[in-house]
Amino acid sequence: MLPQNLELEIVTPEKHMLDETVDYVEVPGKEGYMGILPGHAPLLSQLGMGTLSYRKGGDVQYFAALGGFVEVLPGRVIVLADACERAREIDVERARTSLEKARGELAQSGSADNKKAEASAAMDRAQARLDAASKAGQVPASTARH
Amino acid sequence: MPTLLDYRRRVRSVKNTQQITRAMKFVSAAKLRRAQEGVFRARPYAKEIRRVLQSAMQRTTETDNPLLESRPEERILVLVVTSDKGLAGPFSTNVLRRAFEYRRSLQGKDVQAIAVGRKGLEGLRRRKWKLAAEWVNVSMHVEFHHAEEISKRISDLYISKEVDAVYAIYNEFKSVAVQKLRVEKLLPLNRESLAGDSGAKGQSRRERKTASPQQDSDKLAEGVDYIYEEPPDEIFAKLVPRYLETEVFRILLESAAAEHAARMTAMDAATTNAGELIASLTLDMNKIRQASITKEIIEIVSGASFAASS
Repeated sequence: MLPQNLELEIVTPEKHMLDETVDYVEVPGKEGYMGILPGHAPLLSQLGMGTLSYRKGGDVQYFAALGGFVEVLPGRVIVLADACERAREIDVERARTSLEKARGELAQSGSADNKKAEASAAMDRAQARLDAASKAGQVPASTARH
Repeated sequence: MPTLLDYRRRVRSVKNTQQITRAMKFVSAAKLRRAQEGVFRARPYAKEIRRVLQSAMQRTTETDNPLLESRPEERILVLVVTSDKGLAGPFSTNVLRRAFEYRRSLQGKDVQAIAVGRKGLEGLRRRKWKLAAEWVNVSMHVEFHHAEEISKRISDLYISKEVDAVYAIYNEFKSVAVQKLRVEKLLPLNRESLAGDSGAKGQSRRERKTASPQQDSDKLAEGVDYIYEEPPDEIFAKLVPRYLETEVFRILLESAAAEHAARMTAMDAATTNAGELIASLTLDMNKIRQASITKEIIEIVSGASFAASS
């Protein structure tokens, strides 16, 4: 018999974020978004940067997930995030500033590979935060994209 | 023979000391609370990543991850975690003593150390240890990037085959009154060392609540292979270093909390001792005071009787 719902647990090295029984989880995998319903086959994947969301009844919650791992077991999803933030707690202004800053650094970094990688990671992080915030309705999506 | 004034001075100085030790005790108590929270917050992640790695290793037979490679243990690296400051009772001394014993027990094998904390660094230098790296001023404010840097150094040494095994010696935070000295194997990782229960004990209420569904799903998942989104080796390449970082992070946090607990206990004992010292000094002081009063009375009485008799 398949389980009726999912136990979703989100942990980061510094914090236990969430422990909730949910109906559906969507995680940003390294290779793209994955939707997970109860009874999903066991899976282990890296987490990319993007919006993690879950549905419980009619309620949908959003998080910005910034890298890590996700493990799916029947009836259970464990997200081991390097960092994770609740969408409604994201400081949009700060994310936007750091996005601009990272963009500038990326343009300046030229051929220095590690600097380039650092700047583009910073950009991805800021973008993931903005996306999550906009999905949670903090800001209109159009402004968040820029 | 000390005079009354000498005693007064000594009592005053002991009282000053007592005030300082009492203040330090309260400061440590406050810091301990923060450090303790840090430990508890980090435990769920440590526990989960250990479990994920463990189950992933059970499901995959062959990986050529360099951190999982086991070699004859000829050259040993020891991560020695101590405090930066003293006045914490035998906190750092215990770690150092254990480290020295450990090296003796290895009998001439090549041993080098990474020192975290000034006390340990000084102690190891005195004994002329080979130091691969050192970190100070970490325990005051442990952050994940410290763990990242330290485990980077560890895995570099391991991958370049400069060391064959890595152990950590540190104080584990058991409770406010108890620190437990631990020697723990960090590398190479193998099924046995992962199955050990060294990490993530003292479950929080939340963890206990989820214990049963987790066991159920573990049972369900047994014998079922994972779907990997990426090749297993790629996941291992990320998962194993991350696990090492988490372990180092947990060790740093445990040690920081244990340090504050040890200092609190030491300062509490010092405050009590100072109180006892004051009591005994006051007693002696009063004896002298009384002796001098008695002497004066005798002088007066004998003087008066001499006057009366003449």
